[in-house]
Amino acid sequence: MTGPAEDAPDDGYERPVGGAARIPGPRGAADDLHPLPVPRPVPAPQDVPEPPPTHAVLKSLLGAWALAACSAEETQAVEDHLTECAPCAEEALRLRDAVGLLHPEESLDLKPLLRSRVLEDCLGKRPARIPVPAWATPYDTETARLDALLRDFGDAEWHTPVQLKWFGDERRRSRDTTVAGVIGHLLTVDGLVATALGLDDPLGAQAPAGGTTRRTEFFWDSDRHPATGQVREPWREQGHTLVRTVSFAGHGVAELAVDYGSFALPLGDAFLERAFECWVHAWDIAEAVDYPYDPPSGPHLHRMIDLAARLLPAALAERRRAGLAGPARGLVAAGAPGRTLHLEIEGAGGGGWDIALDSPAAKPSSDHTVAEIALDGLEFCQLAAGHISPEDAAAGQHGDREAIRDVLFAAASLSRL
Amino acid sequence: MQQRLARGEAAALGELYDRFASLVHSLAHRVLGDETAADRITREVFGYIWENPDAYDPKQGSLRSWVARITQGQAVARLRQAELGRGSREELEQKVRSANAAARADYIVTSMPAPLRSALELAYFKRRDYRQAAADLKISEDEARRRLRLGLQLLSTANALPREDTAPPGYGPPGYGTPR
Repeated sequence: MTGPAEDAPDDGYERPVGGAARIPGPRGAADDLHPLPVPRPVPAPQDVPEPPPTHAVLKSLLGAWALAACSAEETQAVEDHLTECAPCAEEALRLRDAVGLLHPEESLDLKPLLRSRVLEDCLGKRPARIPVPAWATPYDTETARLDALLRDFGDAEWHTPVQLKWFGDERRRSRDTTVAGVIGHLLTVDGLVATALGLDDPLGAQAPAGGTTRRTEFFWDSDRHPATGQVREPWREQGHTLVRTVSFAGHGVAELAVDYGSFALPLGDAFLERAFECWVHAWDIAEAVDYPYDPPSGPHLHRMIDLAARLLPAALAERRRAGLAGPARGLVAAGAPGRTLHLEIEGAGGGGWDIALDSPAAKPSSDHTVAEIALDGLEFCQLAAGHISPEDAAAGQHGDREAIRDVLFAAASLSRL
Repeated sequence: MQQRLARGEAAALGELYDRFASLVHSLAHRVLGDETAADRITREVFGYIWENPDAYDPKQGSLRSWVARITQGQAVARLRQAELGRGSREELEQKVRSANAAARADYIVTSMPAPLRSALELAYFKRRDYRQAAADLKISEDEARRRLRLGLQLLSTANALPREDTAPPGYGPPGYGTPR
């Protein structure tokens, strides 16, 4: 422990309250100082001596004295006073012992996994009567993890620049903001889920219609946006409210449509998408402030990757309509097997997914596989988040090169601000 | 919160953890000085609250202070267990007293009004004298002296409190953690 009162015993117990005069000061006072008041027979008119400090002033100094936070003259004056004033001497002793109880706040990081383990433990002992739906737990976990990262941030961290990256118009794009801006962005887009559930929109009644970008810019420009840590509380509270609300809603709520402007997702998928965004941006923040940040747990990562894999056929079709992907090879009746790409994701949360290439309505079929891609789970997530470009994705691949290119680009196109 | 826990709302359990996990873990760590042991206490404390939400009586104080008392009781019980037979009875009691005072002091510091805490932090950890602290905080020197004194007075109650009977029967030592 470091501190000014290093000579004070730090157990804080059982100091005999003996003779007041023997209380040693927290800091060695200079020996050659005269005790106040300094006798001066004839004060010069322009040099009036300071009157001796009153009892009230000396008493008020006891805290500062115990912390060695007053001047040498004051220290001396207090210590002289302690020899003649028993109540002050008693208090001085008590306060000095209290200093020994001050500890530097340990910034012990709670292990992120501890939360899941504690909750599992609890629910094992007494099952929840109102559980959190399985599709909402990744969001619950990821928001809690990010919140734990933010806990000890001071103003400097909140103002740290962060670059948000995504893939759009066939290239990598980015936008500069701050840590507070990122949390504002999460608050804003989570707000789409909130409004779908009938909760208040964090942007208020003036919220612009349209997608995540317009909403985020509106929020950043508005005076609703605190540029500091004050944004944490509303974001966190909205997250808690979302989890709580869906816990109470019936089963059908997972199918409720969440409107993202240019597309919509069923609520269950929207929660996974928000969990994914939360993690990706937590990663951005952690990088900006130079902190380590772990990926989500395997089972949660698996759900997020599964969502991206399920969104790929529609993303592919949209790129095809925009002339950005190769044409479908023949019409496939809805539900009929069509050309398929096998996506093999390695590592924690990984697995195999068959992606229908010709139409979102076609049924993927291993008999019709024309290409295979193998990717590490985190690499795939980086790709889907627009953090790496499709050309740079380190993918093992074989088979139809156009199909592979189209799927990698479609994965990157899932990202947005 | 208590009602939500009582009716078995898992979302409330998550919120409870988010609010108090760092308090519970740091208090347990202060008493036991070991991270694995603190993790374990954290699991036990939340398990206890989740299984016994009705044990909290709002008339006895805030939920936060109740959680802190349970934690301290459980951690000190674990300390006793771990230290049993390692030294004289007197040494053990001394360790327990110190651990109790340290945990109470931590709780007092985290719960005291922010102006008092920031004054103490400046004077103690940043070694500012009270005049500098007053300038940093844009307050008068009188006020800086007042805050330092008041902050230490609050803190000193950690030593003055009775030793192990601070937890109401049922969830402090020795009641908590033993079969009832």
